[in-house]
Amino acid sequence: MPEATIYELTSAGRQGVRFPDADVPVSPLPAEFAREELPLPELSEIDVIRHFTRLSQKNYCIDYGFYPLGSCTMKYNPKVNEEAARLPGFAAIHPLQPEETVQGALALMYTLQEWLAEISGFKGVTLQPAAGAQGEYTGVMIIRAYHESRQDDKRKKIIVPDSAHGTNPATSAMSGFEVVGVATDASGNVDLDALKATLDDTVAGIMLTNPNTLGLFEQNVLEVVRLVHQAGGLVYGDGANLNALLGVVRPGDLGFDIMHFNLHKTFSTPHGGGGPGCGPVGVAAHLVDFLPDPVVVMVEAGDDDTAPLYGFRRPDKSIGRMKSFAGHFGMMVRAFCYISMYGGDHLRDIADYAVLNANYLMHKVKQVYKVAYPRVCMHEFVVEGRWDDAPEVHALDISKRLMDYDYHPPTNYFPLIVHEALMIEPTETESKQELDQFAEALIKIAQEAHTQPELLKSAPHNTPVGRVDEVKAAKDLVLCCWMPDSK
Amino acid sequence: MNTPAELKYNATDEWVKVEGNIATIGITDYAQEQLSDIVFTEVIVSVGDSLKKGANIATVESVKAASDVNAPVSGKVVEVNEELGSAPEVINTDPYGKGWMLKVELSDPGELGSLMDAAAYEKYCQERGH
Ligand SMILES: Cc1ncc(COP(=O)(O)O)c(C=O)c1O
Repeated sequence: MPEATIYELTSAGRQGVRFPDADVPVSPLPAEFAREELPLPELSEIDVIRHFTRLSQKNYCIDYGFYPLGSCTMKYNPKVNEEAARLPGFAAIHPLQPEETVQGALALMYTLQEWLAEISGFKGVTLQPAAGAQGEYTGVMIIRAYHESRQDDKRKKIIVPDSAHGTNPATSAMSGFEVVGVATDASGNVDLDALKATLDDTVAGIMLTNPNTLGLFEQNVLEVVRLVHQAGGLVYGDGANLNALLGVVRPGDLGFDIMHFNLHKTFSTPHGGGGPGCGPVGVAAHLVDFLPDPVVVMVEAGDDDTAPLYGFRRPDKSIGRMKSFAGHFGMMVRAFCYISMYGGDHLRDIADYAVLNANYLMHKVKQVYKVAYPRVCMHEFVVEGRWDDAPEVHALDISKRLMDYDYHPPTNYFPLIVHEALMIEPTETESKQELDQFAEALIKIAQEAHTQPELLKSAPHNTPVGRVDEVKAAKDLVLCCWMPDSK
Repeated sequence: MNTPAELKYNATDEWVKVEGNIATIGITDYAQEQLSDIVFTEVIVSVGDSLKKGANIATVESVKAASDVNAPVSGKVVEVNEELGSAPEVINTDPYGKGWMLKVELSDPGELGSLMDAAAYEKYCQERGH
């Protein structure tokens, strides 16, 4: 049964909390601010608790089951991270406190900056951006500031491969650049001839994802970097897929100038509901001065008896602030905790198992689902969710049917260059048994697609809400808590 | 897949219908099928604008993806289909009729030679898979 919205559960006059009489003088609100009506729901405490408990039980989450949502790296988020983030010394501080009273938090931020720099081969890191997309925006604004600082004002274009995530062209456009697409070649790499044709002295840079969104290591990466640098452009790395490279390859060593990290992917901080994202950005030495304001620095080195002194500093040619205060600090604590739990010697295990799991799963399903670019994959792979002999079935139907088997669906219809794309990323945290069961479900669904396509077309059947009308959902937006005409 | 014989086709899946010096432009049946249900369309050029071949003229969003529409020919915009804003789904139901996007006055009719005819476009779509 669908759960009613909290506005439908309301009962006039019902109250959850009874406030005590004020023990300070009461002053009335100025009349111009006082409202006659305030359409907030009225419920008792238990109504509210039951409502949200029921909703949470209908939700699918990583703590409940396998979540192979490609490009999102839905790995398990260890509970020890949560414990660390709730330590009062981290959870109960205020961003306006004097620096000398939050030295522990600053030490953590400083160390995380240093660790991320070491992991990725960059010189400086900002922790400010609130997500990958804002990290991209930060990075592309740095590209812009870099060219401007050299009075190189012809550079108006950013190159974006056609396999890129939508945030790459969106970021470039929002930063005032013209987006120039380049095609992918038959083996899933950037087409070098197409790239060469776009390169001249109007190119500000390229946004490159490695491994790319097909889950493939960009085999031309060194050549792409060389060509773009030769044309005077900078190379931005979309680090969404860093999970596949941890401890194995450092993008800075490949020649990338800038890259964002998604702490909520690679470094196990929660996605969405569990907390906000965090998209730090690393830069090579020539761009350190452009980082957002402020970065955390070690003001005075310590010695055996005194701890170092940390503080905030504005980089000389900073592009300015990207986020209020210090960014999403709680996420930094979680990522710090995660990296500490693995340690420098074992971070590589993450990449090794992520890649092994993806290849294992790909080999289990490739007889039934066409792998778009059949190569050894990295942390994820893309198959076509379609068959010539089951013409009415689409990737979306397969995804919906997977929900009946109690799985979160993979990413659909991305990357755009694969027909009926299903993008599957198991992550390193899944066991062989879990992968085997998921492969079995996918294979069974492929059979159903041929014998009982209706079962897929009308799926999901076992979920609290059945097939939703996506067109209506996209077109008839209701973006307020109560219907406008009820006011 | 429907590819009317009297139209010309662009490699990025736009069609062109030429009547005298006026070209009507829209996206093909193949393109609408690839996109699936279209939920939003915005023509981003206005009457009077001069377009260069290849310029971005519209954005089409479906439940699957957002996609740019490019000018298949150069010319001056003389009419824009205002109906698409409120009823973008006509691109799905009638891509070559009610789903037209704009009309331009051709500035370089020679460009029409670089477009595909129906047979070539059909082959081109088949090569790209379904
Ligand atoms: C390849 C790629 N780039 C960028 C992003 C944007 O990151 P975020 O969602 O953290 O803004 C994503 C997110 O899924 C992605 O998959």
